[in-house]
Amino acid sequence: MTEMLNQYAPIVGADVIDHLRQLAEPLQGMKVVHVNSTREGGGVAEILHRLIPLKRELGLDASWEIVTGDSQFYQCTKKMHNALQSNRDGISSELLQHYEAVNAENVERLKDLLQEADIVIVHDPQPAPLLKYCQARRGKWIWRCHIDASRPFRPVWKYLQKFIREYDASIYSLSAFAQPMPHPLYIIPPSIDPLSDKNIALDTAEIQGVCTDFGLDPERPIVSQISRFDRFKDPVGVIRACRMAKAFGPPLQLVLAGGTANDDPEGGEVLAEVTAEAQDDPDIHVLMLPPDAHRIINAIQRLSTIVLQKSIKEGFGLTVTEALWKGKPVIGGDAGGIRLQVVNHQTGFLVNTPEGAALRIRYLLNHHDRLQQMGKTARNFVLENYLLTRHLREYLTLMVAIVRNSGDRIEL
Amino acid sequence: MCDPFAITDCALIAIATGEKAQNIREMHNRLMHTYDDGIVYHHFWGGLLRPHFVDPEYQNHFAGWAYHDLHDRRLAEKLSIINPAHYASIDELRQQVIEVFEERMDEDEGASRVEAEHPFFFMRSQIVVFDTRLRVPTPEDLTGLIPDLSLGSLFYHFIDSRRRIRSGGDDFSEWLKCWGDQYRDLINQIQTIDPYFNSLIELRENLATFFTSRLKTED
Repeated sequence: MTEMLNQYAPIVGADVIDHLRQLAEPLQGMKVVHVNSTREGGGVAEILHRLIPLKRELGLDASWEIVTGDSQFYQCTKKMHNALQSNRDGISSELLQHYEAVNAENVERLKDLLQEADIVIVHDPQPAPLLKYCQARRGKWIWRCHIDASRPFRPVWKYLQKFIREYDASIYSLSAFAQPMPHPLYIIPPSIDPLSDKNIALDTAEIQGVCTDFGLDPERPIVSQISRFDRFKDPVGVIRACRMAKAFGPPLQLVLAGGTANDDPEGGEVLAEVTAEAQDDPDIHVLMLPPDAHRIINAIQRLSTIVLQKSIKEGFGLTVTEALWKGKPVIGGDAGGIRLQVVNHQTGFLVNTPEGAALRIRYLLNHHDRLQQMGKTARNFVLENYLLTRHLREYLTLMVAIVRNSGDRIEL
Repeated sequence: MCDPFAITDCALIAIATGEKAQNIREMHNRLMHTYDDGIVYHHFWGGLLRPHFVDPEYQNHFAGWAYHDLHDRRLAEKLSIINPAHYASIDELRQQVIEVFEERMDEDEGASRVEAEHPFFFMRSQIVVFDTRLRVPTPEDLTGLIPDLSLGSLFYHFIDSRRRIRSGGDDFSEWLKCWGDQYRDLINQIQTIDPYFNSLIELRENLATFFTSRLKTED
């Protein structure tokens, strides 16, 4: 019954697992429903794939539902996503009406489940209006924001706020993302799963196989960025940074590997921009990977000498966490959750420009001992702070807190 | 005969207040009007049980902000020396923090207007306390259990205790006192642990060492 949880004990310690079981005791049998808009692609889906079975194993009646929509719906929600990340682009009232209508349609399918649930956790803006259509709800509703909403485009935020303020609580990855609301603003950073295909230890043959399959030279330094083809991830800036660093001598190879999420209609456009910038350079490998290429991504990260995540805006940056867990220093954009994970000279470097990234690539390639040391620090940092067990613990704590509706101190 | 030691566990969850300060003046103003003890408590103690990169120089969030975001080393040094364990109440601690900010504004008016690279976000935390149902009859029995205590238990018995116990100490020392002078040396050793400059993992290691060496002495 507790097989999955026990597999984490050798990594995080048996005490951590025991702690989870105790925290889950007051939540036994509770119906907990997570709702988001995609089962594949992106960090949210990855986390839910693992969190839901673990919650079930702990005795919660946890389930995961998705809202479905057409291309117009995703066009609208992509614009919302961009607006929350400061893009000053309004959304037409027609699109917004469609957004609400799609949510209303989804409620027809999900209403009984949602209204009966003890706790409903709604992820990101796509399903945010669901609550409005569930007037007979009996449980607590929580809105989970995975996006860097520190400086949202106000007209769009004002529109979304009218749905979100009705929730019983909201969750943000960083305090900087939390917008004032008439309910508690919980801070829970996300996590990675050390046992998933994306992060589990791989044998050398498998890693070498990926190296060969993609025509990489294991004798030369490999710099990689793994992320969706999204302008906020600045893949073009990464190519420029690597070209600048390479001009100083190191025979760099760059791997830009990513896919698109089902709910991201801009991916193709950005991929075309990246391909154009790469100009058939044989040392720039632009890889479009399917959503289930977890072990390939795992191998590419392990093959990398340095991992980049040069985002201009970032919710948390789970690809950063994945790289740190594999003992790789990360050169990351000075944005969002990357700031929590990349500590200058300890786990990597924060940069603001392609020039800054080029400088740090050169530094790390010229200071091999520092690179190794930073990799070790990075792995321990993730072990102590950003694994799934910590994330689960915080979800359970929040659920206990919100169900008890207590003050700052809750004695069970 | 003393009651058995009841091992208790806890988990913290952080809550943003939605308020922030961009410079010293705003920080001072916010602190002057912060009547929620949980906020100052969180920024001094709460970090120990929250995801963070251990910064050995600046354990409280105010000092860390002064150093990393205001780049005001003088202010960071003065804030870093504040030991929250030395204050009888959170309000006294808050007054001390306010005083340091006021001193800095008096020293250099320009410093109060310097905009931080990133704002300071005010937070508080909720603590969920639960009984492990584990009861330990004697200090000797506790010795074997310390290396396996969860970090939540350590936080509860060593940090949270300072809010619960009138003397402002830790639960282990309080319990040992009930055994008379028998464990006086052990209590003295425990009280040398600086809970503020240790991670909870280091704190557990120190405790385990002291309890184990006390048992060896007894042998």
